[in-house]
Amino acid sequence: MIRFILRRLLQVIPVFLGTTLLVYFMVFALPGDPVRALFGERPPSEAVIAALRQQYNLDQPFWVQYGLFLKNLFTFNLGVDFTGQPIAATLGRVFPVTVMLAIEALVIQAVFGIGFGLIAGLRKGKIFDSSVLLASLVVIAIPIFVLGFVLQLVFGVYLGWAKPTVGTDVGWDTLLLPAFALALVSFAYVLRLTRASVIENSTADYVRTATAKGLSRPRVVMAHILRNSMIPVVTYLGASLGGLMGGAIVTEGIFNVPGVGQKLYQAILRSEGPTVVAIVSVLVLVFVIANLLVDLLYAWLDPRIRYEK
Amino acid sequence: MTTSDVTITEAGTPADRPLLEIRDLAITFDTSNGEVNAVRNAHLTIMPGETVAIVGESGSGKSTTALAAIGLLPGNGRVSGGQILLDGEDISHAPEKRMIELRGNTIGMVPQDPMSNLNPVWKIGYQVKETLQANGRPSGPEDVAKVLSQAGLPDSHRRAKQYPHEFSGGMRQRALIAIGLSCQPRLLIADEPTSALDVTVQRQILDHLEGMTSELGTAVLLITHDLGLAAERADKVVVMYRGQVVESGPSLELLQNPQHPYTKRLVESAPSLASRRIQVAKEQGVEAADLLAPAAEALAADNVLQIQDLRKVYKLRQGLGRSSDFAAVDGVSFDVLRGTTTAIVGESGSGKSTVAKMVLQLEKPTDGRILFDGVDTSVLKPSELFKFRRRVQPIFQDPYGSLDPMYNIFRTIEEPLRVHKIGNKASREKKVRELLDQVALPQSTMRRYPNELSGGQRQRVAIARALALDPEVIICDEAVSALDVLVQAQVLNLLADLQSNLGLTYLFITHDLAVVRQIADHVCVMEKGRLVETGSTDDVFEAPQQEYTKALLNAIPGAKLMLPPEVA
Repeated sequence: MIRFILRRLLQVIPVFLGTTLLVYFMVFALPGDPVRALFGERPPSEAVIAALRQQYNLDQPFWVQYGLFLKNLFTFNLGVDFTGQPIAATLGRVFPVTVMLAIEALVIQAVFGIGFGLIAGLRKGKIFDSSVLLASLVVIAIPIFVLGFVLQLVFGVYLGWAKPTVGTDVGWDTLLLPAFALALVSFAYVLRLTRASVIENSTADYVRTATAKGLSRPRVVMAHILRNSMIPVVTYLGASLGGLMGGAIVTEGIFNVPGVGQKLYQAILRSEGPTVVAIVSVLVLVFVIANLLVDLLYAWLDPRIRYEK
Repeated sequence: MTTSDVTITEAGTPADRPLLEIRDLAITFDTSNGEVNAVRNAHLTIMPGETVAIVGESGSGKSTTALAAIGLLPGNGRVSGGQILLDGEDISHAPEKRMIELRGNTIGMVPQDPMSNLNPVWKIGYQVKETLQANGRPSGPEDVAKVLSQAGLPDSHRRAKQYPHEFSGGMRQRALIAIGLSCQPRLLIADEPTSALDVTVQRQILDHLEGMTSELGTAVLLITHDLGLAAERADKVVVMYRGQVVESGPSLELLQNPQHPYTKRLVESAPSLASRRIQVAKEQGVEAADLLAPAAEALAADNVLQIQDLRKVYKLRQGLGRSSDFAAVDGVSFDVLRGTTTAIVGESGSGKSTVAKMVLQLEKPTDGRILFDGVDTSVLKPSELFKFRRRVQPIFQDPYGSLDPMYNIFRTIEEPLRVHKIGNKASREKKVRELLDQVALPQSTMRRYPNELSGGQRQRVAIARALALDPEVIICDEAVSALDVLVQAQVLNLLADLQSNLGLTYLFITHDLAVVRQIADHVCVMEKGRLVETGSTDDVFEAPQQEYTKALLNAIPGAKLMLPPEVA
């Protein structure tokens, strides 16, 4: 088991190098000159431009720039962005916000998705099942930027149950509405996956055997139907955690959440290579670690899967 | 404490009062095509401590009847008439709460398929423990281990900590028996408890089950499709056919003197009870003198297949690039005479199917030679191999999986002709019609699809397809194992007919010695990749030389039952 984890962690290295290289190259290849873009209407003197280029190593060839970036990364010196702010400080400010948002969304989609999915699956074909299925289809069909605005308008503006935008006031309570918006799409998938899995497991032979043993219905449902149905659902939930962090760009925009998505969007607009790559690198790490956790969880849920010792 | 429980329950039921009585039971399923009456007017009685078997083919309603007794009918099924009396209490419409009280404590169940009836995510010990807990019995590690060891699982403390996938089929079935009997129920419903297991394991399990239930005084309702097994294990046999009880009575009496036409057919065709090879000519009414000619011919004929020192080694991966060798087939040699049937028998994992695959050139032998008509098949060029395939055809086990569901029957049978570019469209259609006649299927079958046919009909289609190219050798890999007894008998008769008419050679792969007895001239017994015994069928059955062969023969259910010759 420990060997498996070590091997998976070693796999992070090529994945990390590959993705950062790719992202760095794409930012490098963006049309336009980031230094000139900084000054807008009043072009600076050539000397200033040259000095800035040298400061940010923009006069170096691509490989040298990338090499310097890696060197800085491993010495935990992420440098400063074009506005002079240290990138590490920026990351330290935006990531906790997005992590809070993602965790809250994950909990919402897990609790409601699994709960509704279980009830729908156990009552297959009944009214509850049909209406939940229909509702989830609606949620899947409508894009997040529409759903987000609707939620903002209804709960934030008309009903006034929550603040329509978050701004600087970041907390579990203020993030609830954006987390709900973020959770909605995956929630529909979790629900459908749980429902399908519950229906499949309900007719399994071991469930009938469990009933024949004299177990009560709640016990059969929890220990035999739900427990076994969790295997695909947990896999999906874990994989969606990475997606929640990356996918927060739109939601953070709608609700004005000062998180990773917003920062990343600004950095892309300004062609700030180092900031974009730094954010993406952390996101890659989150993805890889989330996947590793899913694999471990998977083995714990399904003992038939055992990784090499 | 547990022993006193038993005495109380035994005292609670006077010996002359039935433990379970099913009266005029009717069970209806609501399907999309309306109501289906799966069981009608079923009746049976089980006295305390008695073993009663329900025998019938798939779809006869035997399992449905048993499931009704423990309140486990599938969601769309319901008891639509009659009574199920347990100790005088009608439980046919008892509330779920009452059924939960009864299950485990009073009525236990051992289900059919040990592979799918244990929850793969819980340890064996936990699955025993929750049974004990639910029925209010002590459920500590000691109690769990005791229950498991009583069911014949050695080293039960350690075994309890393992998961189902770490158990073999036989061990899983023991675990299921342990669960079924853990709360010492007064009635145990055993639904085909051993049909998924090899014969020798089957015997051990049934012996153990019998020992345990007689010790505990448990009554058993045994569901089986095997009349021989039922007669050997049960005091009384109830025969069900198409949802109705057609006959019931004491086992031996029913077997020796069947009254109902269906029971008679069942007794006649039960392979476990047959004692001779199918005599095709006798059924067709041909004179004995005509019979001798082909037989003599066959004797004079050559060896169509010669298997010489055949080996197949698989590499087993053990991680980190290491691997170990596993010899699935290890030095097997035998000859197959033209126009005869040679059977390869063995339990699962004996390598018999691997031999068949190598003869069919679907797997390459690691070592050794396969001579077909004196020619080494391993050196065939692709074009020669194509011709070889025309002369050697397979029939596989699963008639559901081996026919393409998107091809109608005409296309299925015509395909080999088309592939081998034989004849034109008209002549191919004529040939398909002839083939359907040969396998006794109506020509109207041509336009139908596999899912519209029964298992027996599908296997006939598979036979017709194999015959399409006028092959010389047919390899039957468990060709009748998936079929019900009566259908199996029909297909075996058909194969015997075709052999005598067309001079076919069969290589018959099977785990079922009873089938071998009916169809084979020669037998090769395989164990763990090696050939342990070969000889003529009569010799091997009457005087087996090897311990393993003896064990296999002894394990055939009903083998020791004496039947009057006119029935056998």
